Amino acid sequence: MKRESFLKRFLTLYLPLIVILLFILFPFYWTFITSIKPDTELYGAVTYWPRQVQWENYTKLFTTTVNFLAAMKNSFIVAAVTTVVSLTASTLASYAFSRYRFAGRRAMMALFLSNNMFPTVLLLIPLYSIMRNLGLLYTPWALVLAYTTFTLPFSVWLLNGFFNDLPLSLEEAALVDGCNRRMAFFKIILPILGPCLVATGVYIFMTSWNEYTFAVMFTNNATRTIPVALKSLIGQLGVDWGLLTAGGIITIIPVCIMFFFAQKRLVEGLTAGAVKG
Amino acid sequence: MVKKKSIYPYLLVAPALIIILCVVFIPVVNAIGMSFQSYDLRRPNDIAFVGLANYIAAFKDELFWKALWKTILWVVFGVGFQFVFGFILALLLNKKFRGRGVVRAVSLIPWVTPGILIGLMWRWMYDGNYGVLNDILQKLHIINKSIPFLAQANTAFPAVVVTIIWQGIPFFALMILAGLQGIPGELYEAADMDGATGFQKLFKITIPSIKNTIFITGLLRIIWVANSVDVIFNMTEGGPAYATQTLSVYVFNKAQALNLGYSSAMAILLALVLCLVAVPYLIFTFGEEDK
Repeated sequence: MKRESFLKRFLTLYLPLIVILLFILFPFYWTFITSIKPDTELYGAVTYWPRQVQWENYTKLFTTTVNFLAAMKNSFIVAAVTTVVSLTASTLASYAFSRYRFAGRRAMMALFLSNNMFPTVLLLIPLYSIMRNLGLLYTPWALVLAYTTFTLPFSVWLLNGFFNDLPLSLEEAALVDGCNRRMAFFKIILPILGPCLVATGVYIFMTSWNEYTFAVMFTNNATRTIPVALKSLIGQLGVDWGLLTAGGIITIIPVCIMFFFAQKRLVEGLTAGAVKG
Repeated sequence: MVKKKSIYPYLLVAPALIIILCVVFIPVVNAIGMSFQSYDLRRPNDIAFVGLANYIAAFKDELFWKALWKTILWVVFGVGFQFVFGFILALLLNKKFRGRGVVRAVSLIPWVTPGILIGLMWRWMYDGNYGVLNDILQKLHIINKSIPFLAQANTAFPAVVVTIIWQGIPFFALMILAGLQGIPGELYEAADMDGATGFQKLFKITIPSIKNTIFITGLLRIIWVANSVDVIFNMTEGGPAYATQTLSVYVFNKAQALNLGYSSAMAILLALVLCLVAVPYLIFTFGEEDK
């Protein structure tokens, strides 16, 4: 391969990359900077690096009435349980779609894939009364059920790709060796798919951690999740931007860490998946 | 493929199916029922079957048509630019350079950021008094007076569109990057030997190879963006003067005002419009499978 000149490489790679990254990352930089500025500096001439750094907003988040810690705990419970439920359901379903041909298969797949099509606001109102009648309103289960449904289509789709990519001969070999299908599934397929399941799980966790519209309807002060707590920082007297941005930074750190570990797998999963060129 | 007659696949699909039926199917049926009633919780004694009255009201409602038009603009410009920038980013990330892994991970962060936080972050940057965007534009001498971006009807809509573009670039980039990595390198080597230019390679190899990815991602994105409420709602709540009120935000606002019959009717109309997108998506997915 011939070497590109530095100038050409700069113009076709580094320059556009820097411009796009600046656009993508600047809002995060700004959010962080805002969270460590004292109020006097926040509401005055704009500064690009705080003249005076202070972490008071972060301590306020956890010590005052906001009770951010409780919200984090709620979010964690909802997201973790959703991940387990949704991942189990979608693994089983996509295994069936990938390995069996059965009557009604297409109709069911169509149902799965199209269920994101309904405007969420359409489901919100009837679901609210259903949850209330079932006594699930204001419990984490209301959100777990809702989020499982929203994450199923994409998870089934991702996992379907992983399964289709897995050679059938692997299971056939196991069956010949006297395994039954269930053993082959648990002993052979699951271990190989482990990393892919993790990537799908991270997607589910992220989605549940971030959701706001349903959370605001289905939780109360005791069970509210982080996005709802964030919104509650906007009071009658306007927005406390310092506190709000501190809350924002705390919110995205856990998912960012998880995402960094899983993103490589996620890209691989999409490559293996239904999006083949 | 495997045994034709077996109860196993049904058992495997059952858990997911039951959850979907309870959480989507029953509410949808409920909502359809509500859309034919004068279902207004502020007047609970007047709830009655009214036939198509809510739908007829929507067709006569100027705000409905305005919101539909805003939805179309929102999707065309939002998804359009997400695609353009996502595609460019994917092409860049597909090249080899030091630190690529980190850059890739970092550039995907908007995708993992909650919509409500995105709305609020941008609202703060657009602020008319202390917003950083005004400061930057003034320092660059592009404007000489602060603009309250989200408070003016003519700037609010472009402002929210920029925000949704920002949010959607990573997903496009991620999907297109996955597609790019599936293109065999020999294709490019052969083209190099024939003396093809960069543009020829882009239009003759790259784009044809990933057109399915682009198609599927585009359709998925259109559905998501059309349905998204949280970004606009947390920036402008649909204002000023309905300038940023897309159909899903309008439905949300009406539902908050407790006029459930009317908002259900509009939500169903929105779902019907989205069918125009979803049907080709389903046909395509199954068409692929048959190959």
